[in-house]
Amino acid sequence: MDFAFQPVDQMGVMDRVARIKARSVKKEAKKQGLRMALNMIDLTTLEGADTPKKVERLCYKAMHPHDKLEGLPSVAAICVYPMLVGTAKTALEGSDVKVASVATAFPSGQSTLEMKLQETDFAIGEGADEVDMVISRGRFLAGDYNYVYDEIAAVLERCRSQSVRLKVILETGELGSLEEVRKASDIALKANPDFIKTSTGKIGSAATLPVTLVMLQAIADHYDQTGVQVGMKPAGGISDAKTALQYLVMVKEVLGDRWLSNEWFRFGASRLANDVLMQIIKQETGVYQNADHFTKD
Amino acid sequence: MNMSKTSWKLSEAPEGADHIQLAKRYELFINGSWTAPKAGTYFKTINPATEETLAEVAQADKDDVDAAFKAAQAAQPKWQALSGAERGKYIYRIARMLQERSRAFAVVESMNGGKPIRESRDIDIPLAAAHFFYHAGWADKLEYAFPMRKPQPIGVVAQIIPWNFPLLMAAWKIAPALACGNTVVLKPAETTPLTALLLAEVIEAAQLPKGVVNIITGDGQTGALMTAHAIPQKLAFTGSTEVGRKIQEAAIKRNKRVTLELGGKAANIIFDDAPIEAAVEGIINGIYFNQGHVCCAGSRLFVQESVYDKVLLKLKRRMDSLYLGDPLDKNTDIGAINSKSQLETIDRYLKIGQEEGAEMYQTDCELPAKGFWCKPTLFTHVAQSNRIAQEEIFGPVLAIQTFRTIEEVIGQANNTPYGLSAGVWTDKGSKIFQLTSALKAGVVWANTYNKFDPTSPFGGYKESGFGREGGVHGLEAYLRFE
Repeated sequence: MDFAFQPVDQMGVMDRVARIKARSVKKEAKKQGLRMALNMIDLTTLEGADTPKKVERLCYKAMHPHDKLEGLPSVAAICVYPMLVGTAKTALEGSDVKVASVATAFPSGQSTLEMKLQETDFAIGEGADEVDMVISRGRFLAGDYNYVYDEIAAVLERCRSQSVRLKVILETGELGSLEEVRKASDIALKANPDFIKTSTGKIGSAATLPVTLVMLQAIADHYDQTGVQVGMKPAGGISDAKTALQYLVMVKEVLGDRWLSNEWFRFGASRLANDVLMQIIKQETGVYQNADHFTKD
Repeated sequence: MNMSKTSWKLSEAPEGADHIQLAKRYELFINGSWTAPKAGTYFKTINPATEETLAEVAQADKDDVDAAFKAAQAAQPKWQALSGAERGKYIYRIARMLQERSRAFAVVESMNGGKPIRESRDIDIPLAAAHFFYHAGWADKLEYAFPMRKPQPIGVVAQIIPWNFPLLMAAWKIAPALACGNTVVLKPAETTPLTALLLAEVIEAAQLPKGVVNIITGDGQTGALMTAHAIPQKLAFTGSTEVGRKIQEAAIKRNKRVTLELGGKAANIIFDDAPIEAAVEGIINGIYFNQGHVCCAGSRLFVQESVYDKVLLKLKRRMDSLYLGDPLDKNTDIGAINSKSQLETIDRYLKIGQEEGAEMYQTDCELPAKGFWCKPTLFTHVAQSNRIAQEEIFGPVLAIQTFRTIEEVIGQANNTPYGLSAGVWTDKGSKIFQLTSALKAGVVWANTYNKFDPTSPFGGYKESGFGREGGVHGLEAYLRFE
């Protein structure tokens, strides 16, 4: 397959991000934005030390972010390793919260396609509603774009056959430049996955506004050319509500309101929820509460 | 619980204006003191977004102009005799005080001129302060800037500035003049006198020696009296080409030096290998910055045919995301048109464009009931011979043309009586160099647009004027050499 690549101007991206960050989200817009952000979170735990009990606690938080305040939305999903999908599925039964599983030799992706497909099948078999796969960055950097594309297409096929949604993690922190981010986005988008996602959260550099802007622009172009809507998930490094609102402004201005729901936009985060909750309560009551009023799960 | 899809709109986020205390009436700032106009005439200055009166300002007449120039003349020898380091100290002081009062300056600039607070706060006021800082640094280094040429001040300078960047243009004019040892009589534009008067308050508080800077207000007649006056040895003007011509005539009659920064009809050129997203952002910044009231606005867009549809689609989408409304709202991208008469001019061109057969697109935003407003507009199917592609509109109106080859677009871009600025968008470095040397424009931006810096000279070719402002070149305009 031939990929026609788009030049990206780093300075231009920075200028646009600065304009977006200068937007002031106040009053009703802030109230609505914070609830929207909470509802878009993929509450994540991806540690070697994860246990079923830990995941159960997180699942309760996902369904009941802060019971002291009525009418709060739940988060969008719980994101765990395949081994813990069954636990999460049981714990979340009867709720709208989805179970997302990382797969395909997460986080490095250094494995064979067979193993990756096997892991995907396992996660789906355990009950995952969504799979977060990683691309083979080594192959990408070596210029083997067709390999990267074929791999995504193969995993997608397994997901689609079981009505499972697929997120493709580019691990942008390993790609080297915004131009490479655009290139990787275009390759992933060609396969029409359900989401493209910035990062694993396992390396130093995770989601940033510039990287997200470039990926959103790629999504917009893909939509213009094919009519296929693909979602976006910045993940890692987003821990405060103010930054989350800047992401939402960016989505609105680049893609439009159609993307502003958890069907098409997610935050991959473990700490963001509490800061959003703190801000929501500040909006409701006018005062900030101590951080210990919010559960750390 | 899942949230249903809703549309999400930014709420109002107005910058507070409660701390602004404008006087009911402003006098003339002559010889370091606030002086009532001899004839006792005042005129109202309004907020173009609300049409409410903000203050009354004095109309300077013959006697007042005369008094201002005499004050400047009397102050000049002493000012020149000060060491460069001493002059620099005063200029630094003005720069710092501007920074300290930047919030008030930004709010007043937006109230009086209609520009969005985002621009006055982030661009106009910081750049104005930067110009004073930059030129303060030159004051004691002129000998090094022009070695072996013995730079001397010109003397008394008459400066007339426009309404699109009121404080910034005052800074562009006053800062280099002072650094070079000249004294000044400056007149802000009729519709936007307030920040220049606040600057006079800063100059007063900075204890600049009396008469070194005189700021007088008035209309075109006051300007004519200034250019016809015997004292100033130099006229510096920024504004329309039409008035620029008259000023040049006046200068020739009395053998005065003159620098003119006049109109423009800049070409913004997009090649098919350009970073399209950045280019679209550049088009938006190029033409909708300050409601298009920018002499170097990228008002003619040339798009290579193979990317025309793509660029147009993205451009319209980005236009639709712009917020038009209250200039004091922090989210406003497009503020009010500066004056009723300017709005009439723009509307006239919108009509002409449609009559000429061009296709008009405007975003579907609501216009406030009061004040002067124009929706962001673009024209497609524009011919080179259309008036909207030839004449300066000075509003948020973009004329789009297409091209096939480099040679073709160079020809089209240069085929205008103006030559102030241009923009080039391509990923290819060699193409940038080819164009920058072929375009007859004083400033050529590559893969960016409307970027300003005090270190960089600004000025035009052909009917866009002559002389440079900013950088070492800008100093030269305020010096003579023995």
